[in-house]
Amino acid sequence: MELLAVSFSMFYQFGDAFAFLVIASAGLAVIFGMMRIINLAHGEFIMCGAYVTAASARMGLPLPLAILAGAIVAGLIGMLVERLVVRHLYHRPLDSIIATWGISLIATQGVLIVLGSTMAGIGTPLGSFSVGGQSYSLYRLVLLACAVGLLFTLYLFFYHTRFGVLARATIQKPDTARSLGIDTRRVYSLTFGLGAALAGLAGGLYAPTMTMVPTMGATFIVESFVTVVVGGADIFVGAAPAAAILAVIKAALTAAYGQLFGQIGLLIAVIVVIRLLPGGLSAWLKKSGN
Amino acid sequence: MSSFNHLTRCAVLTAAGATLALSLSVSADNHPIKIGVLEDQSGDFAAATNVKVNAIRLAASEINEAGGIDGRPVELVIYDTQSDNRRYQEFMRRVLQQDQVDVVFAGFSSASREAYRPIVNQFDGLAFYNNQYEGGVCDANMIVTGAVPEQQFSTLIPWMMEEYGPNVYTIAADYNFGQISAEWVREIVEQEGGTMVGEEFIPLGVSQFSQTIQNIQQSEADFVVTLLVGAAQASYYEQANSANVGLPMASSVNVGQGYEHKRFTPPSLAGMYVTTNYIEEIDTPASNDFVERFRAAFPNEPYINQEAANSYIAMNLYKQMVERAGTTDHDALRAVLAEGDVCFAGPSGTTCLDPRSQHMSHTIYLARVNDDHSISFPEVWEDIQPYWLGEAGCDLTVNDPSAQYTPSNPPSGN
Repeated sequence: MELLAVSFSMFYQFGDAFAFLVIASAGLAVIFGMMRIINLAHGEFIMCGAYVTAASARMGLPLPLAILAGAIVAGLIGMLVERLVVRHLYHRPLDSIIATWGISLIATQGVLIVLGSTMAGIGTPLGSFSVGGQSYSLYRLVLLACAVGLLFTLYLFFYHTRFGVLARATIQKPDTARSLGIDTRRVYSLTFGLGAALAGLAGGLYAPTMTMVPTMGATFIVESFVTVVVGGADIFVGAAPAAAILAVIKAALTAAYGQLFGQIGLLIAVIVVIRLLPGGLSAWLKKSGN
Repeated sequence: MSSFNHLTRCAVLTAAGATLALSLSVSADNHPIKIGVLEDQSGDFAAATNVKVNAIRLAASEINEAGGIDGRPVELVIYDTQSDNRRYQEFMRRVLQQDQVDVVFAGFSSASREAYRPIVNQFDGLAFYNNQYEGGVCDANMIVTGAVPEQQFSTLIPWMMEEYGPNVYTIAADYNFGQISAEWVREIVEQEGGTMVGEEFIPLGVSQFSQTIQNIQQSEADFVVTLLVGAAQASYYEQANSANVGLPMASSVNVGQGYEHKRFTPPSLAGMYVTTNYIEEIDTPASNDFVERFRAAFPNEPYINQEAANSYIAMNLYKQMVERAGTTDHDALRAVLAEGDVCFAGPSGTTCLDPRSQHMSHTIYLARVNDDHSISFPEVWEDIQPYWLGEAGCDLTVNDPSAQYTPSNPPSGN
């Protein structure tokens, strides 16, 4: 029984860290991992999703629908941003960093001016359960289930739908894709929108557990960039195993030495990976697979 | 060559400007008293600090309506420091050198105060720090109106141990404020015969607390001291509540600064005890009057916290000192302060400045957050002095070390 309690608590902590890394980084993995746009406004799409979720939940929408609304609004804003700004910078990666950073500053400060410095939270649903004398939040397990479900859905989407094939073709060989009659502009726009919507989904899923402030997106940034950089270009071969490995590192170090060492562990992991595997886990796994 | 010319032109202009300023100050003795205001109006701390700026505006307009300070109107020079320590350094230089203010009201986090303090010393300025903090700043250029650990923890920790038991777990923000405050808690817990069952420092900006929550549950803690700072770390309460930790919490920073009880869904903050020198729920005639005037001037203010009251009090203390000294000269003001009777009856009761440490006495209210997030006050301690610095050997009427001390690093003269 004691063993069960200890192993459950280890599983819970690992799952919690894994869910956060996967959910926080999914949108960035699409935009940065696939499209190679370094999107410094990633945190602000997350904030947008969280704010829309909280606002619609307060207006009486059931939480799952409110989260969906957050993702959709973030996705639409993402497509708008793509059309107005990012579209013109696909061949200028350094400029796109500056542009998305500017968007992030405008979004944070704009929300501060229009909506004030804080927004009332909506409270975590579902309550708690206990295993071996420890109590746990049930919602955190729901987040883990969402993370696994999200990976599975994205896999189906990119590898088993027509749009997924078109998207991968457009991003890997844009000229060939265009010559075959694919509307690549539309594909880019939809893919960027999908990335933004996934960021919005992250905000919506974590909104009930966090403080609602204009800068809340910033707390996701380190974890999501670390996951995507360690993972490399491919979400499934890269980001998913990267999240699993990083979650083990983070959960173990945090349990043993506290939060600071958990953070240090993540950053050391990314330094080591950049030095030894510049293409990230996915490039290395694919190469050794061949 | 051109840059040399430019320099010369600058020097000439500056000299002309100085002459002009001098002639103005001679010709008109009702030229404004300039007060620099450096507070975080955006960034991580904005939720707690926007209200300080409005409190200063309220005090300034009241002072101006009543004829100003010694017949001179008050003029505010306000900059948004963006929760960024470098902005503090930049704007502190600007208000002291370029704007030539008479006094500065500045700072929320202790990191920001320690960032700007050397600059205030360098230009021999005078700064009011209107925030509760970890204590120990012994600096003649600083006047501190916020509460310090001997006021907040020497009251809070023994009360909590008496009520809930001797085993204490501290989680604190990992920078000078959290580290030094945690040291105070440790010291008081030991003095009172209790045990520290855990202590964890959380980097600023961390928002996920599952492991910390589990560590607390596995310990034998009777209550948790939460010294968390900033919006990100405030996510702890929601997460601890949803994991059903169920332990009482004690704090010197929550509720009184970031009004978490208003922002979060009940009951995530239930069972939180905070020692504060002011919050808007305090039901005294002086407090109600203050809240009424504040809301009349700023109807959309979400919450009037202790730093708002301290900023308001500080403005009035400064007015009194200038009027008694007849000048804004810092040495003359400190001579008034040294008389030991610079007091103000404000929203939080009567408060007085201590000449040795240039810190302020306070009425300390123990605020309890109830299940529905209403506030009750199980205990009030009146006239608690900021005694520690003075007893440890800091005496600014004799010398000015311009240093910050801690219980493990007291003034060396002692």
